[in-house]
Amino acid sequence: MGMNHDMIGHVYPPSQPYLVTAEKISAFVKSLGDTNPAYADGTVAPPTFPIVVTMNAMDAAFHDPALQLDYARLVHSDQRFEYVRPIRVGDELTVSASVEEIKPLGTNEIATFKTEVLSGGELVVTGWSKIVVRGPEA
Amino acid sequence: MTIKFSDVVVGQELPALDLTFTRADLVAYAHASGDLNPIHQDEEFAKSVGLPDVIAHGMLTMGRAIQVVTNWVGDPTAVIDYSVRMTRPVVVPDTAVGSVVRFTGKVAQINDDGTIQVELGAIFGDVKVLGLAKATVRLAQ
Repeated sequence: MGMNHDMIGHVYPPSQPYLVTAEKISAFVKSLGDTNPAYADGTVAPPTFPIVVTMNAMDAAFHDPALQLDYARLVHSDQRFEYVRPIRVGDELTVSASVEEIKPLGTNEIATFKTEVLSGGELVVTGWSKIVVRGPEA
Repeated sequence: MTIKFSDVVVGQELPALDLTFTRADLVAYAHASGDLNPIHQDEEFAKSVGLPDVIAHGMLTMGRAIQVVTNWVGDPTAVIDYSVRMTRPVVVPDTAVGSVVRFTGKVAQINDDGTIQVELGAIFGDVKVLGLAKATVRLAQ
């Protein structure tokens, strides 16, 4: 009993818009302990900021009953971001998540979710998150 | 000082960073990122699911590792691709000193299109907490 392979290629509806504010950027930068002066005015977000919106979009997918994913056994194993441009203050981000791959790995299953982050209809960054769903203990 | 594409050589090491992870850092990151999973804050809960103690968010470790690159380049928007595998967790005990992770970087490749690839490392004690960590960076010409 694992994930539903028929969901490979499934595209979820776009997430609700997320407005990027200087406060949100500054809180994220501060929580990373990043003192780079480039972030001082809160206009440009750090490279991993997109996770704030992509993780929420994937959470919605993870809980989709059709996917048959055992959330309690899920571990986030890999993350990649490919940037068209950095996220900036004033962006209104929406995320389109899709199921790119589901495959067995020993007794576990791995799945890759692609997340396209857009602002004003333009692609800003693409994320790929690989998760491992641990199989039943032997 | 700006790092120029023409000044970089394969094998060049970037200045390493030793960064501390405390429980307070995890709380701040949880709120800033929206990832409120109790394994990152609640010791009892973490232990109940088989972890040795509270662990740092893998995405916090990823967010810190890239500082090796962005501190070196100066401009964080120079990063055009960044990926990691979260191989092992950073365990964070409830102490004032927390846990220290050493982040390293090395120029692995110089590309014809004016970009370079940096291989990143993240070592906690003697454990690699990130694997396959690499960033593509566009440098000033």
